[in-house]
Amino acid sequence: MKKTLLYCLFILLSLRVTAQQTFPINGVAEVVPNKFALIDASIYVDAHTRLAKASLLIDGGKIVSISEKVNIPAGYVVINCINKIIYPGFIDAYTSYGLSETKNEGNSEDPIFISTKEGAYHWNEAVRSEYNAITNFSVKHSDPTIFRSQGFTVVNTLKKDGIFRGTSALVSLGSERDNLLIISPNAASALSFRKGSSKQDYPSSLMGSIALIRQSYYDAKWLKDNKGKVEFNQSLQAINDQQSKIKIFEVTDVHDIFRAQKIADEFNINYIFKGAGNEYQRIAELKKINPIIIIGLNFPKIYDVEDYFDAGNISLTELKNWELAPSNPAALAHANIKFLLSTSDLKKPSEFLNNLRKAVKYGLSEESALSALTETPAAVFGINDQVGSLKKGMRANFIICSGNIFKEESATILSTWIDGKSYAINPANENDIRGTYQVTNGNIGTKEIIIKGTLIDLVATGIKSDSTDLAIKLNYFENQISMIYDPSIDSTSIGKFRLNASFVGNQMMGSGTGSDGKPFNWTANKIKAFQEPIVANEAIQKEKELKLGPVYYPFTAYGTTSTLQAEKMLIKNATIWTNESPAVLTETDVLINKGKIVQIGKNIQALDAKVIDASGKYLTSGIIDEHSHIAITRGVNEGTQSNTAEVRIGDALDPDDINIYRQLAGGVTTAQLLHGSANPIGGQSAVIKLRWGKMAEELKFEGASPFIKFALGENVKQSNWGDRQQTRFPQTRMGVEQVYIDAFTRAKEYESEKLNYSRLSAAAKSKTISPRFDLELETMLEILYKKRFISCHSYVQSEINMLMHVADSFQFTVNTFTHILEGYKVADKMKAHGANASTFSDWWAYKFEVMDAIPYNAAILTKVGVNTAINSDDAEMARRLNQEAAKAIKYGALTETEAWKLVTLNPAKMLHIDHRVGSIKVGKDADVVLWNTNPLTIDAKPEKTIIDGVIYFDAARDLELRTQVAKEKERLIQKMLDLKKLGMPSQKAAIKEKKLYHCDDMEQEMSN
Amino acid sequence: MKKSLLIFALSMVNYAYAQQKENIIFAGATIHIGNGELIENGTIHIKNGIIVAIDNEPSANATIDPTAIVVNAKGKHIYPGLIAPYSRLGLEEVEAVRATLDYREVGELNPNVRALISYNTDSKLIPTVRSNGVLTAMTVPEGGIVTGSSSLMKLAGWNWEDAVYKADVGIHLNWPTMRIYSASWAPSAEDQKSNTEKRFIELRKFFNQAKAYNEISRPLVKNLKFAAMQDLFSGKKKLFIAADYSKDIIAAVNFSKEFGITPIIVGARDAHLVLNFLKENNIAIILENAHSLPSREDDDIDLPYKKAAILYNAGIKYCMAINGSWQQRNLPFEAGTTAAYGVPREMALRSVTLSAAEILGVADNLGSLTKGKDATLLISTGDLLDMKSSSVERAWIQGSEIKLKNSQNELNEKYLKKYGIDQ
Repeated sequence: MKKTLLYCLFILLSLRVTAQQTFPINGVAEVVPNKFALIDASIYVDAHTRLAKASLLIDGGKIVSISEKVNIPAGYVVINCINKIIYPGFIDAYTSYGLSETKNEGNSEDPIFISTKEGAYHWNEAVRSEYNAITNFSVKHSDPTIFRSQGFTVVNTLKKDGIFRGTSALVSLGSERDNLLIISPNAASALSFRKGSSKQDYPSSLMGSIALIRQSYYDAKWLKDNKGKVEFNQSLQAINDQQSKIKIFEVTDVHDIFRAQKIADEFNINYIFKGAGNEYQRIAELKKINPIIIIGLNFPKIYDVEDYFDAGNISLTELKNWELAPSNPAALAHANIKFLLSTSDLKKPSEFLNNLRKAVKYGLSEESALSALTETPAAVFGINDQVGSLKKGMRANFIICSGNIFKEESATILSTWIDGKSYAINPANENDIRGTYQVTNGNIGTKEIIIKGTLIDLVATGIKSDSTDLAIKLNYFENQISMIYDPSIDSTSIGKFRLNASFVGNQMMGSGTGSDGKPFNWTANKIKAFQEPIVANEAIQKEKELKLGPVYYPFTAYGTTSTLQAEKMLIKNATIWTNESPAVLTETDVLINKGKIVQIGKNIQALDAKVIDASGKYLTSGIIDEHSHIAITRGVNEGTQSNTAEVRIGDALDPDDINIYRQLAGGVTTAQLLHGSANPIGGQSAVIKLRWGKMAEELKFEGASPFIKFALGENVKQSNWGDRQQTRFPQTRMGVEQVYIDAFTRAKEYESEKLNYSRLSAAAKSKTISPRFDLELETMLEILYKKRFISCHSYVQSEINMLMHVADSFQFTVNTFTHILEGYKVADKMKAHGANASTFSDWWAYKFEVMDAIPYNAAILTKVGVNTAINSDDAEMARRLNQEAAKAIKYGALTETEAWKLVTLNPAKMLHIDHRVGSIKVGKDADVVLWNTNPLTIDAKPEKTIIDGVIYFDAARDLELRTQVAKEKERLIQKMLDLKKLGMPSQKAAIKEKKLYHCDDMEQEMSN
Repeated sequence: MKKSLLIFALSMVNYAYAQQKENIIFAGATIHIGNGELIENGTIHIKNGIIVAIDNEPSANATIDPTAIVVNAKGKHIYPGLIAPYSRLGLEEVEAVRATLDYREVGELNPNVRALISYNTDSKLIPTVRSNGVLTAMTVPEGGIVTGSSSLMKLAGWNWEDAVYKADVGIHLNWPTMRIYSASWAPSAEDQKSNTEKRFIELRKFFNQAKAYNEISRPLVKNLKFAAMQDLFSGKKKLFIAADYSKDIIAAVNFSKEFGITPIIVGARDAHLVLNFLKENNIAIILENAHSLPSREDDDIDLPYKKAAILYNAGIKYCMAINGSWQQRNLPFEAGTTAAYGVPREMALRSVTLSAAEILGVADNLGSLTKGKDATLLISTGDLLDMKSSSVERAWIQGSEIKLKNSQNELNEKYLKKYGIDQ
């Protein structure tokens, strides 16, 4: 035992020279053979094969042989590994090891439109594809010992900064000159949605990041196709150079994987994902795209839930994530999704092994865990001929463990071997001195000495003759212990004792002195072996015993354990507001099947249908909100440039937003999710159905016309943005007009450029610069081609008039003016132009341009003949759009039918979906709401909200779900209380504020 | 003649009103008293600015006073004027335009600033609020911890002096929250906690000093802030504390008790979590924004709608309020929502009439259609709490009829005319 230790230390101090090097040596060249024979070990040659008792021969950093026969040639240093387990060395695919830290100076208060970086780089600072980790890699920047202590031998290292992050390097974790550590200098390229240290404004949102990535790929291709003829750009060149490389895309949420995958599909590339750790929440859908995912093992701590009120601030999502996060690796393994394990999300990488064991307890098999740390990463990086398993000719990278490192809490890594060189990890473990010792000789002020703690951090206490405890400071090194303590037992021995001893078998033997300065000898015998503290074990045991709760879809309160299904149903004896002719049917039945309305009439018979008694109740088509900002994540505005037609709300949908459910409870079935109004030409909108529990893409209204948000007035001219925001064009309404004329003029020129090029012969094409594919101008062209339609945020009459003129001059129609609070002043002009109006019922006075807003607006527009809707632009108001529609009866005396259409059929028409929804008619989608009473009265409440024949909201089920939420929360809180009592570390209970968007909200996609 | 002159002169003194105090008998109306009761087919007689008779006979008093004008209100509803107990009315015209904002003063402790000084009688917003039945509103300073002193205003008047119904009703305090937030921009939990602790120390120091200061009848050096607190300790002024988080509500009440004050809690989003505490301490609540989202993701989705019913069922005194200025016109409908979610309809009306008057300490003269109280009332053709049928035809403040037209009706009429649409 001791011998091994000695060798390890010897090796650590020696300098290995195996091959020729370019650098000089100061002194005498010391050529050490470095031949080792590790015998009698239990060896995992790979994740699937274990040799029970085998020996491993190493020469010059490589494996020479591995066999169950013991046949050691001369010249090898023999290391006895009996009762030890050898695993192949771990590989971490996602680190920033050896790279200097990026300084994030934060955002400038003044707008920055174009990169301030010097040189021929991308216009956007977040595109840093030209960066290569190798250019500033040095072992001096990081401490390899932390990684080695967790079993890692090789890491992939990259700079986690920016959207295109450049390339990474695969490096060895040895302590050598940097030159000798590089395994692969351009191992992979890296991406993310976060702009990192870039001080530039664009992109400020997730959808902006996505647009930037897409445009950069198109630009890179354009550069490649027109090499030498167009600008030189190091960043785009790098994207081209990295085409064949592995690409690692870091995400912060499971839904991000699907967002990134959409980009991958568009450009026919493959991404490996650095996951967020919540993949288990959508595992079945993930399996469909079958990704490779690198996951961290950062599991949330328990929350401080002793305080009843504070505990109430933690959401069910957070509580459940605490419980289920450790099962994430197991969930991926069970779904047969390929994954790699990384230290990257851990604040302290030294927690890696503990968390790995936790993941194993939560169902991850040892085999899967070992694969994820060895052969999978090796295969991903194409270095499985060098690392990832233990075979002849491969790098001698492995770990020697005292036991099963995946299962046993007490098992430790004794040494980590990298390129045939041993790095001692827990040498103290070679001699476990912990235990209880009884003093057998010498009056040393204590009758017992108890040594406990971890092997690395030993702690000692004494028990005095009066059975009280005694604090002892100790030091242990090389089998020698020194102790100092103050027993103060009687008048003769007041003062501090200083003792030294060494260990012989189970005996401590040494000398020392008390305050009198007289030296003495003493001995103590081990009477009890050390036992791991019971509390920790119990806590772990407790956690393991308790069953895990189910996954909810979506993973939030009011989610369900299985997805809701369409039903055949017969709604009987309802008062039906058809929005057709006749407008009202009394005591009438509606039959729904396969998501459609199939029959309307009296006394319909359908034996196999679920019957819903609607006597005394009202059935209407579902509410359609023309202007909504719910279910959007990380930024509703890409308001950093005047024209951001390239961004798409559809790229940033959040299907887990609780407001989807809350609005279902208000009878909303369809909503147009609009980009905000921070710039004249905002992003493309997404029309969704509120299919609670589905994936982002499944929310989208199939076949709906594409729309885009335009905006006018105070928001786009930044009137209320503070004094520093006065440099972006436009700052006036006259400037706003010019933005539009310019954008459409450029689009037309772009169109002719494309047309001219397409008419060229192949030979001429090869000599001509091809037109650059421009996402922004492509979108503008769609508007001109009448393939995309405008919903324009607008308030005062002058600007409404202006936009209609601009549209007329470019021969298209403005589809919808949204907000349109002064629409009543130009209703005749709007009717002549053919525009729709979508307005608020009674909002006003919140800024200067709405001072002439009147609640009669919707009624006047309706009476003039403009198709008019009432919208929300507000997550709260959308829950009672029925009430807002009723206000058009109060203000403007519309009929009930006219008022009801303001929130149903009229918005359906302006969104071009009235062939599918907006009225109760045979053949239309079964998107209907059953109300307790007249939906325009204050007492109205939806009892059932149905989309595509699926009951997404049911008032009775809602009550059950409330109970389920309360029970599940209480179960988790009780579990946390138990665990905390057993000593588990915890975190404070704080409330997470979820962002609710309005038109003019600007939010930065997190920088880091 | 002499008598009426005298009454006129008196009313000038009492109400500072130049308008005619009308003598009207409303006959045959559905009378919503405001205390939770309803009289079908009843009669109200108003004279000299007060309600002189109320009866459940359709025309009982019609013959007694032959000089009275009889208004046939058959099939119509008469309500007491609604009271908005917490608003920015008159202090804010255009939310985004700084020049029009007068509700936030500089500094953390400003008990001496008085809302009525900023109150703009001619705000264009006020007539739109009035025409939905809100005839009295409290106007409240915001910002800092002790935000200032609020006043109850009649929503008609030539200037703030004659518009004021009760000056300096109370001092307002924003309770520093004990709730810990987690966000990328938020300080650490420990820092948040210590910041709040510091503010508590400051606040307690301030109250202690103010109390001691006011024990001396003629202090040598005048302190405007402390002087403004005087009536608070004597109970003449009320203490309104805005607190939402459960612990904040409890802390705010306990803090007030240290100074012998029973506060009114404003906002009180977590009131449903501390029902017993509120009840035991006899705390009244100004409950804000029935039309709002639940504060926590997991909350019952209709929690803001039904919170009033929870308080009502627990027997806690409360009135309904909306935050803001122009939004006050929707106060009747927010009360209507609380009725849809469990408060009996007439009690929901009480929550924006008599309960508000009681909480603000003006119930002797305001808040219900009761003999001897102010003739501040309105006629609606439909249910005032339902936006579909609410339609206020005429309204009186202290017996004087007020104009219900506003700039918005005028624009409506102007443009209907432009388009040749019949009204």
